[in-house]
Amino acid sequence: MTLATEPPKAHFRLGMLINDTRYRSYTIQIIVLILFLLGVAWLANNTIENLAAKDKDINFGFLWNRTGYDIGQHLIPYSNDSTHFRAALVGLLNTLVVALVGCILSTILGVIIGVLRLSNNWLVARLMTVYIEIFRNVPLLLWIIVVFVVFSETRPSPIDFRVTEAMTTAGEKPAASMMFFDSVAITNRGTNIPAPLLSRPLPTIEVGPISLNLTLIAILAVIAGSVYANRVLLRRAAATQEATGFRPTTWWKSTLILAVPFILLMFALGLHWEYPVLTGKIAKLVNFKGGITIAHSFTALTVALTLYYASVIAETVRAGIQAISRGQPEAAYALGLRPSRTMNLVILPQALRVIIPPLISQYLSLTKDTSLGIAVSYLDLRGTLGGITLNQTGRELECMTLMMLIYLIISLIISAVMNAYNASVKLKER
Amino acid sequence: MKKSVFFGALAATTVLAGSAFAGTLDDVKARGELICGVNIGLTGFGAPDAAGAYKGFDVDLCKALAAAVVGDAAKVKYVPTTGETRFTALASGEVDVLIRNSTWSFQRDTDLKFDFVAVNYYDGQGFMVKKDLGVSSAKELDGATVCIQTGTTTELNLADFFKANNITYTPVNVADDSEALRQFDSGACDAYTTDASGLAASRASMAVPADNIILPEIISKEPLGPVVRHGDNNWGDIVRWTYFALLEAEEKNITKANIDQVASSTTDPEVKRLLGVGDDDLGAMMGLDKEWAKRAIAASGNYGEIFEANIGTSTPIGLARGLNALWTQGGLQYAPPFR
Repeated sequence: MTLATEPPKAHFRLGMLINDTRYRSYTIQIIVLILFLLGVAWLANNTIENLAAKDKDINFGFLWNRTGYDIGQHLIPYSNDSTHFRAALVGLLNTLVVALVGCILSTILGVIIGVLRLSNNWLVARLMTVYIEIFRNVPLLLWIIVVFVVFSETRPSPIDFRVTEAMTTAGEKPAASMMFFDSVAITNRGTNIPAPLLSRPLPTIEVGPISLNLTLIAILAVIAGSVYANRVLLRRAAATQEATGFRPTTWWKSTLILAVPFILLMFALGLHWEYPVLTGKIAKLVNFKGGITIAHSFTALTVALTLYYASVIAETVRAGIQAISRGQPEAAYALGLRPSRTMNLVILPQALRVIIPPLISQYLSLTKDTSLGIAVSYLDLRGTLGGITLNQTGRELECMTLMMLIYLIISLIISAVMNAYNASVKLKER
Repeated sequence: MKKSVFFGALAATTVLAGSAFAGTLDDVKARGELICGVNIGLTGFGAPDAAGAYKGFDVDLCKALAAAVVGDAAKVKYVPTTGETRFTALASGEVDVLIRNSTWSFQRDTDLKFDFVAVNYYDGQGFMVKKDLGVSSAKELDGATVCIQTGTTTELNLADFFKANNITYTPVNVADDSEALRQFDSGACDAYTTDASGLAASRASMAVPADNIILPEIISKEPLGPVVRHGDNNWGDIVRWTYFALLEAEEKNITKANIDQVASSTTDPEVKRLLGVGDDDLGAMMGLDKEWAKRAIAASGNYGEIFEANIGTSTPIGLARGLNALWTQGGLQYAPPFR
């Protein structure tokens, strides 16, 4: 005879959805989900109703219309006859180039400052602290404007670079002169640098809708080949070191492998430089022509982003280094490693694991902050698609949606790439 | 029960949101205040003075409109807008009317779903350069760096002009008039282009106006006027006829000073209709009272008075009436009959 009573049959009642802990969480989740979906539906419905009330529709056809406006800085061919889509593409490339240059420069500067902040030299360490605190604690927008105004207000006008015959005879010097053997001029309008030109470029072939620039492909192929060959060399050197304990000298071989094929290719393509020169059909209308003109809006944005994010990255780097226990460098010193090698071989590889995750979010912020270029009228994605195109076509919803999508995609790509890198450097637990 | 309340509220908000733009006149009356989109700062047309009060040619039209609709010229809330933000502000209902030297163009009238109800200033695009540049014609600007406000029709005209004349330029895009002036003044651009009236206003606000010249070429037609949203015709009528009332007042020599005297002594039936002293009640036809036009004229005076006080030859801006003279004096300003 058993004393255990039969458990009561689970008769499902509606009240159990709230009273029974087994079901309650599901009930709550489903209700919240329904409310959330209702909210989204209401927003969508509201948008459609309001657009209809204003007799507007959602239509992306405007992307294929002629823009009619010019963009100062374009990395791909663009004129006012191009489409709005092309203008958006120009803007996207302008965004990416600032983001890329900004990420690279701020990482380099940030790592140097972060390491120097931990220096035993009291003065250097304090100077770096001052730098970090100044740049980190003033809004980025102000730095962008400050840099821009400094460039455009303090640099001389192109006319100041001019040497007239009267001045030559009188032995006078112009108010301003170019730098680096007359190749670079910084005026109040922009920075003029020499442009690389190829006298024997490879042709561009059309494969369906895509045009392939063979010159660019050849350059990329040569660089990739050299880098691969260099890696093979270094791997062999490492293998020799493992086997014999003696590392063969590789620096001059590396230099040769990396430099010679590229130089040869450049000779083959006929590389020469086009220097900026002063022109002007009228005596007074003087501008630099030829070469590449980098607008101050680009310079200001890049410099400000670099300086600001270098200070943030420096703190990340410092935190990463300090996360390494004291025993590690002490053990390295005990083995007789010099401080620089201790840093490169022992501390930084381990610190990277701590540094990379916050670094990802810094890169993401930097990329998104390029849209602050609006303050200096830098025509990035926000300036073209979200600015002039939006304004000239009146398609606010479409432009904003596209812009948000593009920024989202850029951020997700950066995130994915950096996560992949993080996976490759993180502690491998086997 | 709760559910039905929720859905009821949902439906109500949707309907409300959908019809929020239909009755601008009712909204303004209920609010007791007109919300007027004006320039963020263009001397003479719409700019805050030292005390922060908005003043100018466009602003006076806002005042006249507020006087006609709300009954008090001071009951205006000015929303400063840039070339980029103005149309979004109007389309979204942030402002009731946009009186901000905006060019009437086909695409804005049709595709952007706006109505340009009148032209209060006939303008054209010009160029300003420094005097010592030695340029006397816009066609000599080959290779020049040109400052240009983004989101404007002038931006498109500029591209067309240089293309038509087969010369090149480097655009320097700036957000508003003050930034353009700063860059132009510091020499970051050789020329600044915008509407000729805007150039005159900018020139007047510079340290030494005489050091800068406005080139003779007018490269486009820029009819500037008040803008309202598509679809609210009654509101559009009110803005349009308020403006025409100011024109008619100038034609009939009704000024801010003599308006009361004219109202009591006039025998001209059209003036009687306009000022609401006769038997006809024009205001009722568009939902206003009988004396709407009288108040509008009394606010800042007639069109000619507003012009002379803000941008006329006696001001630092010094614009001549030109195309903006009344049709009786060889200009284009012409009000249809009030009957």
